[in-house]
Amino acid sequence: MISSLLAVEIPYWGQSLLRVLGGLVAVLLPAGMIVYVFLFKMMSFMQSRLGPMEAGPYGSMQLLAEVSKWLQKEDIIPENADAKIFKIAPIIVLASTFLLVVVVPFGPDAWMTNFQAGVFYALAIGSVSVIGILIAGYSSANKYSYLGGLRAAGQLIAYELPMVLAVVGVVIQAGSMNLQQIVVAQNTQEIFGLDWIGFPFVLTQFVGFLIFMIAVQAELTQAPFDMPIAESELVSGYMTEYSGFRFLIFFIGEFATAGVFAFIASILFLGGWGVPFSWFGWDTIDSVDNWMNVVGPLIMFSKMTLLVGIIMWVRFSYPRFREDQLQRFAWKVLIPVSLANIAVTAILKVAV
Amino acid sequence: MTVLNERQQLSYIAAQAADARLNVELETEGMTLNIGPQHPATHGTLRIIARLDGEQVVWAEPVAGYMHRGYEKLTEVRTFPQVTALINRIDWLGSFANEVPFILAAEQLMEIEAPPRAQYIRTILFELSRIANVSLFLGDLGVQMGAITPVFMAFRDREYVLNLIEGATGGRFHPNFDRIGGLKDDLPKGWIAETKQVMKKLRTFCDEIEDLLFGNEIFQSRTRGVGIIPADVAKSYGMTGANLRASGVDWDLRRDQKNAMVWDQADFKVWTHPDGDSWARCWIRLQETREATKIVDQLIDNIPAGPVMTKVPRIIKVPAGEAWVSTENPLGEMGYYVVSKGDLGPFRVKIRSASFNNISITPWVLKGVYVPDIITILASLYFILGDIDR
Repeated sequence: MISSLLAVEIPYWGQSLLRVLGGLVAVLLPAGMIVYVFLFKMMSFMQSRLGPMEAGPYGSMQLLAEVSKWLQKEDIIPENADAKIFKIAPIIVLASTFLLVVVVPFGPDAWMTNFQAGVFYALAIGSVSVIGILIAGYSSANKYSYLGGLRAAGQLIAYELPMVLAVVGVVIQAGSMNLQQIVVAQNTQEIFGLDWIGFPFVLTQFVGFLIFMIAVQAELTQAPFDMPIAESELVSGYMTEYSGFRFLIFFIGEFATAGVFAFIASILFLGGWGVPFSWFGWDTIDSVDNWMNVVGPLIMFSKMTLLVGIIMWVRFSYPRFREDQLQRFAWKVLIPVSLANIAVTAILKVAV
Repeated sequence: MTVLNERQQLSYIAAQAADARLNVELETEGMTLNIGPQHPATHGTLRIIARLDGEQVVWAEPVAGYMHRGYEKLTEVRTFPQVTALINRIDWLGSFANEVPFILAAEQLMEIEAPPRAQYIRTILFELSRIANVSLFLGDLGVQMGAITPVFMAFRDREYVLNLIEGATGGRFHPNFDRIGGLKDDLPKGWIAETKQVMKKLRTFCDEIEDLLFGNEIFQSRTRGVGIIPADVAKSYGMTGANLRASGVDWDLRRDQKNAMVWDQADFKVWTHPDGDSWARCWIRLQETREATKIVDQLIDNIPAGPVMTKVPRIIKVPAGEAWVSTENPLGEMGYYVVSKGDLGPFRVKIRSASFNNISITPWVLKGVYVPDIITILASLYFILGDIDR
């Protein structure tokens, strides 16, 4: 469908180019925005300081300065490290982010692949980064890295499960695993007889939304689930031995993944690229105006900003769990609650 | 035990052998983790050697001495007034409190006493350095557990106290203000009114920290029931200060000991906690910061008029003798055993610093805890590296 974007016929090579550019923008722009707005500025204001102020107006060029600093640094590989795996690891982490954004729809026609099992694919690809983190910890030949890598593997596997189970509720309600169809289901239905609000699933799947966001927090290894990095005990966890551009790739991967997971959360729970007002109202996807392909990404971006803001807010104010408490929370609280959520959703779906 | 026949015995032995073989096969090699001397969690260069089984500590030992500066020996080649400049670098966060016991010991040998005004100001500055010290602990506690925001609040509000100390003494960290027989100077104009305002701010800071950190469920689950030290063990390892009171021992030198300071003029509560875990140690310090602000508030209204210095000879020669004076410093009991042979400088000084004894319990308390708990227990024991190594 991308071939008829904005009612312009685009040749195949043009479509491919657009997809590559769109993927780069969808991953790197949120990452840069998150680092500047939240990591530099919001964190500073919460901690009664100003943050970067010198590079560019209001410190807005700080990110470029940081990136150019990292690119200039020496690429150190420890002597005892398994060099090949050590080099591949950050690339695997970043690649999983790029693969994840492939199924995210940004507008009625603005997507890269319209994949029928999109949710399934996204959740499967999202856990590929575990492999990157695990081999980064293992190949660094450092005890702190090793502990961090093992902790990350344990944590990411434990929180993958509640994430999947939380999404099942949405899939039941939408009746589809296609992310585009989930967006359509939320914008064409109505709730309480109010057709102007649409039907964002966060209203009925609130428990699922909470579990999903907690699991995302853990998948991103942000505080209170930052045990794998744990700068006060494991120095920097699996990233301890990385420097220069390899560390930069890890760093971009961390925040780009935050952005992409927030995109997916806003599709699953907040109505995706649709807005809850009747002036954009529509009944089928074919009746959507073409210019939603331009407005849609902006709406997605603002929803993503909101969700990432919540993730970062929690990150800046909470202390971290201990490893065993973290596992206990996943297995004893989140998974039973999400199973109960699925059962209730399924019963109501059939009964109502 | 029931009598076994031969067949049963054989099968029993075979089962035992299989068990033993399995144990040998499953026995994994432990890992030795060197935490420090360069590590984000050790506030300096303390090194902890931890032998791990998975994430559990089997055996741990602290290695001190990476920053030993030989203060006990250095004092022997200095005159009595010069020693204060040296010893306020022992516990660098509460510097003024380090000077007081030494000066008191010297005064005891010379059989003089500071005038009442000097005693009041000494006590106030002592409590201010306690606030400056412990407020940083309260912020640092969050950083050790991954909450990065409290430490900035602590640095912000500690700055007010440091400004007060600077206003009175001229030095933010190392005042070097205490003199044998009194103080260097009187208080500056307007200092008292400002101090009262700052004490109000500090009480607000304590409330904020209590809300942000102590009220947090994750913080509570990380500290409650972790690193429990019973009272008898704490006493046998020579722990003092808030660590001892957190184990339920009601012992505070400010109240229990009579010396030339005016804590007996203020009404304050010595908090104890029955639990003895990390939570208790953190909570006791929070309450102590509050009590310290109250002590300052009470004393500052009653500072008597008069000189801040008694008559002492221009060149101080301390008469021959031996004196032991200790006070309740921010980190615990700190004392100086001063031996004088009637010279310009001390013949020998033994420094008893609180952190050295407080940290000596780590092999006992770290046995069997998880790696993340090493950090919280060390943070709650609260040591300053200069106070361990001297």
